Amino acid sequence: MKRNIPLILAFLAGLLMIASEFIPHRPFSNMVETLEDWFMIIAGFSIVLGLASLLQMNYQKISTKAENWGYHLSCVIAFALIVIMGALWGMEDQPGLLGQGEKIVSWLGKKPFDYTYDNALVPLSATMFSLLAFFIASAAYRAFIIRTFESNLLMISAVIVILGRTGFGTMLTSWIPESYRIWQLPVLADFIMEYPNTAAQRAILISASLGIIGSSLRIILGIERSYLGGDK
Amino acid sequence: MPEIMNTVGIWLGAFFTFAIFSFLYKDNPFYKLAEQIFVGLSAGYGLIYIIYAALIPNLFHKLATDFSGNLILLIPFVLGLMMITRMVPKFQWMSRYPLSIVIGTSAAISLLRFLKSDLIAQVAATMINPFETKVPSEIVGKLMIIIGTICGVYFFYFSKKQEGIAKIPSKIGVYFLMVSFGATFGYTVMARISLLIGRLEFLLKDWLHIIK
Repeated sequence: MKRNIPLILAFLAGLLMIASEFIPHRPFSNMVETLEDWFMIIAGFSIVLGLASLLQMNYQKISTKAENWGYHLSCVIAFALIVIMGALWGMEDQPGLLGQGEKIVSWLGKKPFDYTYDNALVPLSATMFSLLAFFIASAAYRAFIIRTFESNLLMISAVIVILGRTGFGTMLTSWIPESYRIWQLPVLADFIMEYPNTAAQRAILISASLGIIGSSLRIILGIERSYLGGDK
Repeated sequence: MPEIMNTVGIWLGAFFTFAIFSFLYKDNPFYKLAEQIFVGLSAGYGLIYIIYAALIPNLFHKLATDFSGNLILLIPFVLGLMMITRMVPKFQWMSRYPLSIVIGTSAAISLLRFLKSDLIAQVAATMINPFETKVPSEIVGKLMIIIGTICGVYFFYFSKKQEGIAKIPSKIGVYFLMVSFGATFGYTVMARISLLIGRLEFLLKDWLHIIK
């Protein structure tokens, strides 16, 4: 029973959504709207669950004084700090438990939550992702040393796209006469993006969509039930 | 006072920027600290954002302003609370009910979305006449789209072993995929480099005031 009712619920929820696509009239349209609202609310709680799991994992490391436990403590402190700031004074134009926090805004220039977001989270995420620029260079080198026709194709198209999107690429091939302009790097980069790239991306999209449609049907029909977990 | 706090904020941003970049030398305490703070802040930001953008307008605000008119919202509220029971092993089974609704709904949403936009629309967009134009590069390009899409899809057909003559379209598909991966790689490099330039600009302009 603990497994059958969830399977029936998943089937009914999926069936309703699909039926509404083909019957865009009441009561289906209303039911789908309601179900979508419910989906947002339950998904919100599931994110809370994920964060609780993160805190639980950090708590275990801190309480057992595992290796590098101090860093995990800083993670929890950072989490608690931004949550408290967001809860007390809100974010952007949303009021918190203490209202809009005019006093603290006049002191900080913006709400504490937004101040932390702008001055800590934005620099941290931008720098973390910009760090990948260096590792991508080493990945490119590794791809270069694998001398196969496929890897050469990959690197040649990458180099054309990179150069074609910079002023240097334009400068390199600007001498090519207009009648052969397809060989100018910016034009060639556009050609690659517009045709071979579109073809491959389309093949990936079509193949992936077939896979997703198949697995979605398996879930709705109750064939795929691994999301229910164990038999307890 | 806001000016001073703005300066403090810029110094904080500069500290975190250097702490993350220090990883280029080797793993070190500054990087580890910045990494964990990043995880904590991201998680906290996600929680607050979900509360203000989804839970308050869709649930709490409606219940607070018109409780009797929105009684039906108590169902997703209870289901949401049941979702949290997953953390208690004894009551873990209760989380299956909300989970099944979320999974069933999202499966149907993705089925319809991918059927319409990624299958039918993409197949329809490939049904083009390459010879309707007189520009040679466009004719070649459109032929490439047709051949590349068919061969690419064929490459992903794993139900039958591709050998002999059947291997040729699969091989052509791989060539198209490689060109596409190369182009995507090039774009990713450009995006990361522009992020790097952004950070250097922040350090040289906002922090050190060396460039204007």
